Order: sequence, then structure tokens, then C-alpha cells
Amino acid sequence: MSKTIGDVILDLQNISLRFGGVKALTDISFDVREHEIRAIIGPNGAGKSSMLNVINGVYHPQEGIIIFRGRERKKMEPHQAATQGIARTFQNIALFKGMTVLDNLMTGRITRMKTRFFEHALWWGRAQREELEHRKKVEEVIDFLEIQHIRKTPVSRLPYGLQKRVELGRALAAEPSMLLLDEPMAGMNVEEKQDMCRFILDVNDQLGTTIVLIEHDMGVVMDISDRVVVLDYGKKIGDGVPEEVKNNPEVIKAYLGASH
Amino acid sequence: MFYREAGQFKSSYAADQQLFPIRQDRIGVLLLLAIAFLVVPFVAGEYWFSAILIPFLIFSLAALGLNLLTGYAGQLSLGSAAFMAVGAYAAYNFELRVDGLPILFSFALAGLTAAGVGILFGLPSLWIKGFYLAVATLAAQFFIVWCLTKFPWFSNHSSSGVISTQKVTLFGYAFTSPREKYLLVLTIVTVLALAAKNLVRSSTGRAWMAVRDMDVAASVIGIRLMPTKLLAFAVSSFYCGVAGALYAFCYLGSVEPDGFSLDLSFRVLFMIIIGGMGSILGSFLGAAFILLLPIFLDIALPWLAGALGLPFSNATVSHIQILLFGTLIMFFLIVEPHGLARLWQIAKEKLRLWPFPH
Ligand SMILES: Nc1ncnc2c1ncn2[C@@H]1O[C@H](COP(=O)(O)OP(=O)(O)OP(=O)(O)O)[C@@H](O)[C@H]1O
Ligand SMILES: [Mg+2]
Repeated sequence: MSKTIGDVILDLQNISLRFGGVKALTDISFDVREHEIRAIIGPNGAGKSSMLNVINGVYHPQEGIIIFRGRERKKMEPHQAATQGIARTFQNIALFKGMTVLDNLMTGRITRMKTRFFEHALWWGRAQREELEHRKKVEEVIDFLEIQHIRKTPVSRLPYGLQKRVELGRALAAEPSMLLLDEPMAGMNVEEKQDMCRFILDVNDQLGTTIVLIEHDMGVVMDISDRVVVLDYGKKIGDGVPEEVKNNPEVIKAYLGASH
Repeated sequence: MFYREAGQFKSSYAADQQLFPIRQDRIGVLLLLAIAFLVVPFVAGEYWFSAILIPFLIFSLAALGLNLLTGYAGQLSLGSAAFMAVGAYAAYNFELRVDGLPILFSFALAGLTAAGVGILFGLPSLWIKGFYLAVATLAAQFFIVWCLTKFPWFSNHSSSGVISTQKVTLFGYAFTSPREKYLLVLTIVTVLALAAKNLVRSSTGRAWMAVRDMDVAASVIGIRLMPTKLLAFAVSSFYCGVAGALYAFCYLGSVEPDGFSLDLSFRVLFMIIIGGMGSILGSFLGAAFILLLPIFLDIALPWLAGALGLPFSNATVSHIQILLFGTLIMFFLIVEPHGLARLWQIAKEKLRLWPFPH
């Protein structure tokens, strides 16, 4: 691989998150380096999704410090994470069901759009030009993901695998510098998984996008990630390059003990 | 001419992003506008203007306003009539208190006033949704009507809040005949409908629909929920406000607060349910349907009864009307939430592929 992994851009220190009495995350620290693919693995309910939700401001941890690009982050809302270049997909597909593929992807560019609603109402010069400009960008994503044929299809009519791909497209349309993927390959067949792997690697390689990935398929994880962090019952039990993690006794125990 | 997309390849994204990307749609809309502006004024009689066309256009506008809020942005509201009332009373007061204000300004200011009130009553949408939000807008409905009745200032101290609207004049020209009023209303509704169509195909509309479909994902993508929802309330109320002003000035001529009751709000809501949520066209279809069905039944039912030799009374007509409305609304809610507009679209899709269905 030609890419060079850069400095730490996201540093999570001693993060704890509770929902009432449920401890979803307990004292977790790890970091993410620029341009790397960082996997988060762990049995069901380990707190992986919660971790992503902490990173992009959907959940606010009770304790801990988040440093993003050298700055300690105050409590922030998800849309602010988006403007800072963090995009994501969801474990349970969260597309805009009533809209077409094209519109879903165009929505992904919303933070980059400058025109206001009264210009939209008149559809005059600037608004129209902007729409075209962003349409071009979105078409690039469509070409990249090979979904030209379903551009105008309402997403609710698409099969599951394609919906997952469209959701990745919506995140990519934002041209994020960091991409959070929550089980992008869950429920896919082998070919679909291979396609998805290829897309993720290409994005990482060609655009240099930093990727934080949750995935259950160990083969995939060990193959494509640069470093892996392992959670179990909200605690971190392993962290390192795939080789290290694979041979970590605690990790092996957690996985053998888990029912799946 | 067949209705189809095949063979119409778009050579640029600009062509694909036109107001009506399919040529037959474009021609259809232009034809309809040409008829509405150039033919109807010469052939329609007074009854048609004042009893059918003008109310149809005004209700279409109100339905369009509600559709932007409920159909596009997903915020259920039962306060449309109240926002119409705000528009009607605001226009009346602007005309009354600002000497020589051209009527279009009064209408625009009425819309803006309604937009302001709409934002205020839209605030609960930041915390609650669905049924609870509907109840909150219900509060707006009752509060506004109560205010207009309670404070005589709004109706310039007329008894029980009745207002008789001023003359409709624009730069010295008075719109007096139903035909002139029809043309004025038609122009305003056309302009606002085009603006709405533009809004919903731009990022404003996409933000609304995103919030409607999945608000968490919307905010993760970078949409700020608060301004997006409040904008929907503002724009929607603007449309309802202008509709209310037109309702008072160009349709009834004199209105009272109780005329803008919850009943009227429900009528507008039924229009978008039957016409189609999230469709501009649906707002017009729904308004036409709800306004025309009673007229049609009034004529058809007695005739049918006569033909079959059955006894018939006026009460029966209204009972059948209520039954039919109820059934239709349930049908659309359960079977086809996208209403008549969706049925129309399905028909077009069939036609597009004809004669090779797949
Ligand atoms: N919004 C919430 N409210 C209450 N509890 C929550 C919430 N989100 C997560 N939890 C709890 O936090 C714990 C961790 O959940 P999380 O979804 O992060 O796990 P996960 O590792 O993603 O699991 P899976 O592999 O099943 O997706 C679980 O016990 C879950 O019930
Ligand atoms: Mg999860």
C-alpha cells in the first residue's frame, strides 16, 4: 500500500457513557491517525455503535475528553461534527426513504451549500449554479459506486445491499475527512461484501479518508484495517495491529465466550 | 403524442434539473396555464368564478402551504385555518392603517405576519413530534381565533370581530368583477406554486424531507434541525396567510374569526391527504376534489334517485357526502398515503411503458 499514515487526528481519553444504570462505555481511551483504517470490534452490545455516536456528537459522554485535530472538543451536536468533516453510516440503514438515490446523495452535500431558501424559491443564477456544481460531484460518487442505473429510484424500492451502498454514497458525497462506518457489510452476501471492501479501500487509498469501521466479519477486519480496538461490555480489552489483537488472550476469551 | 421519457436523453445535468424534466409534463403545464389565463376568463360565467374557480385556487394555496409543512417537512399541523385567519386580519389591518398601500403589499405583509406567528407556534416542534405536535398546533388554532374575537382592535371594533374587506386596488386599478379577482388570485397562486416547486427541488426541500424521513440521520449529515423545522413553519404559514387574505378579500368579502374554525383546518388537511402528501400537484388535486365532490353529489344524487324512482331528501345528500368523505379519507390513509397525485403518477408510469409493461 502506498499510503502513509499520519498523525493522531482524533484522541479519545477516558470516555465513559451511561444510559441511566447501563454502562455503555467505561473509561475507554484510543486514538485514530490520519489516513488509517481503524476497526472497532467486539461482541454484541459491547458499545461499538455507542462509540461512533460519541465521536460524531449524537451521544455525549459523562466523562472523558475528546481531542479532534488538536482541539479539545466541547459538547457538540451532530451537525457540527458534519461541518468538521465527519460523515457516517448507520448499523440500521438510515436513508431518507421518501427520496430518490440522487436526492439522498445531494442531501449529503448540504453542509457545502451556501445559497439560502429565498434564492431557492426563485431558482435564480447562484442557486441554480450551485445545484449544478454539486450535482457534478454527486455524479462522481454515483460513478464510483456503480449505481448509475438507480439514480432516480426511490431508495425504499432498493434491495438491502444496494441501500447500504447508497448510504455509503451519501456519506461520501460530503467529501468527509473522516468516515465512520457502522457494520457496512452486515447482512451482505460474499460478492456484495467484496464490492464494499473494495469501495472502502479505494476511498481510503485514493482520497486519503480516515476510516473508523465497525465490523463483525473477522476476515474482513484483519484484512483491511491498520489497527484494531476491541471492546467488550463497554471496556477496552485490546488495541493494536491485527496480528497483535488476534493473539491477545483476552480478546480470544471474549470471542470464544460470546454467543455468535 | 405519447407520454414517455424514453428517447429524451439529457445531455446535461442542467437539462435534467429543469422544473419539469419530461417534455410532456412541461407542455401539459404550459397548456394548463394558457387555458387558465387566456381561455377561462372569456368563457367562464360569474358563478364559475366566484363559486368554483376562486375558492378552488385559494384552497389549493392553503393546501399547498400545509403540504410544505406536513407532506414535505413531516410536521403535522391542525392550525392551517388559524394561520389563514392571521393572514386575513393582517391584510385587513394593513389596508386599514397604512394609507394607499397597494394590495399586493398587504397580501405579502399578511403572509409575513402569518409566517411570524407560524414560527412562534412551530417552536414546540423542536421538542415534540407527531400526535403531540398536532395537539400543540391545535392550541394555536383555538388561541388565535380566541384572540381575534377577544381583542376588538384586530377588527377595528366591529361587532363580534366581523371584518368587511376593503376594495382590492393596485396602483389605482380596482379589481371588482369576479373575473378580475380570479385573474389576480390565479397570478398569485401560480407564482407561489412555482416558488414552492423550486423550493422542494432545492436543498431547502431536501432538508425538509430529510428531517421528515429520519431526523437523526439528517442532523448527522449536517442539517440543523431547529432552523429547518422553523423555516418549514414560516413558509407554510406564509402560504396559508396569503390564502387567508385572498379568502377574505377575493372570495368572501367579509369574514369573522369563527369562520376560521378547526373545521376549516381539517378541510385543508383532508385536501392534502386525498390529494397527496409531499406533492405540489396533490395540493391542487385535493382541493379540487374536496370542493367539487359536494357540488357533484348535489347534482348527481337527486338525479340518480329520480332515475331509480327512490324517495330522496336533502338530508340524505349530506349524509351520503359525509359517509363518502370518511370512506375516502380512510382509503387514502391506509391504502395510498400519497393520494391522488400518486395514482396519477402510477397512471403516467403505465403510459410511459405502454405497450410493453414489465
Ligand atoms: N440510546 C440508548 N439508550 C439506552 N441504552 C443504550 C442506547 N444506546 C445503546 N445502549 C446500550 O448500550 C450498550 C451498548 O450498545 P451498542 O449499540 O453501542 O453496542 P454494539 O457494540 O454496537 O452492539 P451490536 O454489535 O449489537 O451493534 C447496550 O447495552 C445498549 O443497550
Ligand atoms: Mg452496533
